[in-house]
Amino acid sequence: MGLARLPGRLGVKIACTVNGVAREAEGVWEGESLLYVLRERFGLYGSKNACEQGECGSCSVFLDGVLACACLVLGGQADGRAIVTVEGLARPQELHPVQQAFLEAGAVQCGFCTPGLVVATHDLLQRVRRPSEAQIREALAGNICRCTGYAKIIDAVNLAAGLVERSPRTRAAGSEFVGKGQ
Amino acid sequence: MEFLQPSSLHEALEMKAAHPEAVPIAGGTDVMVEINLDHRRPETVMDVTRVRELAEWATEDGFVRIGAGVTYTRLVDELGDRMPGLAMASRTVGSPQIRNRGTVGGNLGTASPAGDALPPLLAAGATVELASKSGTRRVDVREFFTGPKRNAARKDELITAFLVAPAAGPETFSKVGTRNAMVIAVCSFALALDAARRRVGTGIGSAGPTPLAASDAERFIAGELDWEGRKPPADAAVRRFGELVAAAAKPIDDVRGTAAYRRHALAVMARRSLEWAWHDYRVGWA
Repeated sequence: MGLARLPGRLGVKIACTVNGVAREAEGVWEGESLLYVLRERFGLYGSKNACEQGECGSCSVFLDGVLACACLVLGGQADGRAIVTVEGLARPQELHPVQQAFLEAGAVQCGFCTPGLVVATHDLLQRVRRPSEAQIREALAGNICRCTGYAKIIDAVNLAAGLVERSPRTRAAGSEFVGKGQ
Repeated sequence: MEFLQPSSLHEALEMKAAHPEAVPIAGGTDVMVEINLDHRRPETVMDVTRVRELAEWATEDGFVRIGAGVTYTRLVDELGDRMPGLAMASRTVGSPQIRNRGTVGGNLGTASPAGDALPPLLAAGATVELASKSGTRRVDVREFFTGPKRNAARKDELITAFLVAPAAGPETFSKVGTRNAMVIAVCSFALALDAARRRVGTGIGSAGPTPLAASDAERFIAGELDWEGRKPPADAAVRRFGELVAAAAKPIDDVRGTAAYRRHALAVMARRSLEWAWHDYRVGWA
């Protein structure tokens, strides 16, 4: 019934898997978001904190394989779940094709929205191998970029679709944590 | 703040009885915004995402009973054929991230006049299921909204499901906003034709203290339509339908639009919705 309470301390204890690694946090404030837990307790700063109301998509992560805004997930709701952040998409010392495509297409300006867009693009390309422009725009509608005007981002997604298609090995590597716990 | 995390409906109802102040949280698309921005600091929150019963749907006596925790994404994927109006509205909710987490149960609980799923529920004549330790009751959705962000659920009750008859005719949903995505409706309109019973259902969003049905408009147009011959309705009847829908709204001026604009837009959406739905009925509905 409820999460385990620590004796003499407020807050809940969370044990979850983040990018394939078991993580724990104690004394988490009951109203704390998963985004706060990821950034301030686990030191994973890839998921950005901007609007805190699900409007901007900068904190997009996979929660049990499902694309979600980490700011709208209560820390306690993530207990026992598998989370994949932008940090978990690529192998060490190697860019994921989606990241490579964003770089090559010039889809990155200030870079703040980029992690969220990379995660949302990753989600789209898992569902649709060769998305149309309309599908891309719909899939990325929840990710706001204030620099690029989106044209280069659309280019990047198209480029990424080609790269992912051509390299099934990397595609699998990028997806390896996603879906665990489903 | 206290955090409750029931793993079954039985446990959830026990907890709600013991903690009537507990605010249920599923996708968090309303509750977390309020907590993050410090607009509200609930004494107790209850995570209902582990209550399996709330995430299921099934057919039951000719109705589809949909658990309050079924997400918009799942509604679109799994129930779009049975409830096309609700699926259309669900596709306009937020973004993929929001639709993956948000639920109709949450929309009902928040009871905002702008809840996108609510006009289609009014148009389809849905029923809301409320449960507590002492029993389950079902409330007509037309009696569910009691005021701005207020609903008929008691403090010890949880919204457990809603029930809708599978569409018995074409359904539409339209919404006015500044973008196609991530938009709170300036106003919205849902229409459901019930070809079997020769009835018309309507739902108005974001143009009154609660979501509203335009009952006069429904009765008027149901009597005007040529259900048998399927001939297009007369222009005057379509216009009158639009006027009656606009007259049923109780809009105000606010940051998203004026009352006058909302009435105008509702009349336009009502006319177009009727024409779209009647076209579908003529060409395709068995």
